[in-house]
Amino acid sequence: MATETRNARGAAAPRGASFSLSDPMFRAAFYQIVVVGAVVLVGWFLISNTLDNLERRSIATGFGFLEREASFGIGESLIDYSPRDTYGRAFLVGVLNTLKVSVIGIVLATLLGTLIGVARLSSNWLVAKLASAYVEIVRNVPPLLQLFFWYALASDGLPAVRQALNPLPGVYLSQRGLWFPVPSHDPIWQAMGIAFAVAVIAVIFLRRWAAARQARTGQPFPTGRIAFLLLLGLPLATWIAGGAPTALDMPVLAGFNFRGGLVISPEFFAILIGLTVYTAAFIAEVVRSGILAVNWGQTEAARALGLTGGQTLRLVVLPQALRVIVPPLTSQYLNLTKNSSLALAIGYPDVVSILNTTLNQTGQAIEGVTMIMGTYLTISLSISLFMNWYNKRIALVER
Amino acid sequence: MTDNVQTAGATPDMKPPANTVGAVAWLRQSLFNTWYNAILTVLVLVLLGSAIPPFVDWLLVRAHGFDASSPACRAATDGACWGFIGEKLRFILFGTFPYDEQWRPLLTIAVVIALLLASCDRRFWKPWLALVWAAGIAVVAILMWGGVFGLSYVENSRWGGLPLTLILSVIGLAVAFPLAILLALGRRSDLPAMRVLSVTYIELIRGVPLISLLFMASVMFPLFLPNGVSVDKLLRAQIAFIMFASAYMAEAIRGGLQAIPKGQYEAADALGLGYWQKMRKIILPQALAIAIPPLVNTFISFFKDTSLVIIIGLYDLLGTAKAALSDPAWRGFYKEAYLFIGVIYWVFCYSMSKYSQKLERDLNRHRRR
Repeated sequence: MATETRNARGAAAPRGASFSLSDPMFRAAFYQIVVVGAVVLVGWFLISNTLDNLERRSIATGFGFLEREASFGIGESLIDYSPRDTYGRAFLVGVLNTLKVSVIGIVLATLLGTLIGVARLSSNWLVAKLASAYVEIVRNVPPLLQLFFWYALASDGLPAVRQALNPLPGVYLSQRGLWFPVPSHDPIWQAMGIAFAVAVIAVIFLRRWAAARQARTGQPFPTGRIAFLLLLGLPLATWIAGGAPTALDMPVLAGFNFRGGLVISPEFFAILIGLTVYTAAFIAEVVRSGILAVNWGQTEAARALGLTGGQTLRLVVLPQALRVIVPPLTSQYLNLTKNSSLALAIGYPDVVSILNTTLNQTGQAIEGVTMIMGTYLTISLSISLFMNWYNKRIALVER
Repeated sequence: MTDNVQTAGATPDMKPPANTVGAVAWLRQSLFNTWYNAILTVLVLVLLGSAIPPFVDWLLVRAHGFDASSPACRAATDGACWGFIGEKLRFILFGTFPYDEQWRPLLTIAVVIALLLASCDRRFWKPWLALVWAAGIAVVAILMWGGVFGLSYVENSRWGGLPLTLILSVIGLAVAFPLAILLALGRRSDLPAMRVLSVTYIELIRGVPLISLLFMASVMFPLFLPNGVSVDKLLRAQIAFIMFASAYMAEAIRGGLQAIPKGQYEAADALGLGYWQKMRKIILPQALAIAIPPLVNTFISFFKDTSLVIIIGLYDLLGTAKAALSDPAWRGFYKEAYLFIGVIYWVFCYSMSKYSQKLERDLNRHRRR
């Protein structure tokens, strides 16, 4: 880095303190003290004003309000919540809703984005043009506008609850959301979960053993197929052993709304589709540039070695493309998570929308904004840490 | 370049084989070259065939014209209702700006677009461009606020629509740019205090969603200011945008700074230039040229993000469209409204993105062989 060399040069400059601005050491210290001083002064000015204003408006500071009863309802939550619960629990509901929409959005956007990125490189002219039209249209329209459009489509464009569309038995589509049946509660689901976890652990050991064996003897082992069988078979066997329960929890119209089953609300639908469609356009470009970055000679060399198409992709092309793809992909994941805060505009109860309600009710503006920022900084940092770890794992190791 | 090698008259000019040129060959090569591409082509054609005719039907054939009334549109529901745009056009474009004075925001839009177009021409990239911008911003302020030259005063709570979108993004950008340069220099500085401050600021802003900054601007700014002093909503949003844009632009400029070879710094040091001389004369001109494409990208996303001011109750283009939709007479015509403003946003963003691609090609010309 250039910084170190210049530091070294600075240190080699005239010895002893001469208190003049022509002395680099003194100048550096002087400027830094001036800037830090200015920042501290401005900070002190803002904080003293804030304390003064808080006192004047008699707003209590601190996070004590989190213990108080929230007394507002939340449309959808992953954990049990009622208006009698505390603000703290409401905040937790919001964080979980944000995570839910981000995680599902990231998975869907990655799938759709990869598909479109590959389609842009298709030798089929029609497919390639269609994919680039998608990217150019979606990228250049504000995400909030797209969100409003999807929300209007999901809430306005569909019939009322009583006239709900019923495309499949048990599935209802209305402006209040999409209802569908889910398997009703049974102890077997827990057992199947444990079976799946056991299968995952078994696969990890199988992979290690297979890699060690191949290193020792050169014999490849069909790890992929066996892992697939284990992951699918073990839970399935548990299900059959438990008597193969097939009871379903069907949604039924009761009063003004459906009861039972699972529901996808129009708000969740709009934010999820909006984020997925928008971010996928950016991911498509990331994927395209990653694939283009791999020299065609690499594919030819792999074929010359006698690798099959799948092996070429898995062992030669993808590892090199990923190096180009992962860093910008991380930014897109972060963007999607941050953009999930747009949920506020259509009423999906994410963390921003819940804290907004909270700070309107309690007047705890500083704590509310701090909590919003803290939540996103934590999520962003976690994604960055994970992706950087992954990036380091796949990065090119030179000499 | 083999045509020079061939001696004239050695072989008669022959047409290329029929299966490598022409429409049929093109079709075969780009649509039906393999069996799965053929299936894909047919699938896509079926998809387009089932989507495009109904869309054109809705958009044009069965649509009601710009003079259609709401009841007429509601009676026949299978076509677009452009009467909505016809009636609400001036509200969507200019918000609640006094009706008779709406030539002023119209002129503002023209001034801003002229400024943007002028800045696109590389021949105008001279120091005086900054003066032109300052003058342009002054003209915009006079046009919008009025109160001088016989123009009536219009308070900025009545501004809205496209001028607001343009003012928030263009002025925000113009102010954020010098700040971003300082932040980027601070991040690359030798002085640890400057570096820590810049890094903290940039990472803090980039780690949170813009909405939370807008919130901060709308609910926390009043607490920050001394008692009795208040800043209006538009200015608060503008400050939030400047904070946001400067952090993102600083990162784009940092990329440019990092691309400058160390030799350039050393050469400047060897000439005995001071820090600011070195930066102004040697480093920044090169770094900014490299950083222009990412800067334009930042500008595009920033332009789109101004639509978020709707959340703190300002009526930019998206805000006015949504407000127009809440008129009971026109409720439900959201497709027309969103399509109309979507096209406006799209034209701005798409032309900027095309321009940035062209610029990138032009600026890289010296690197190609």
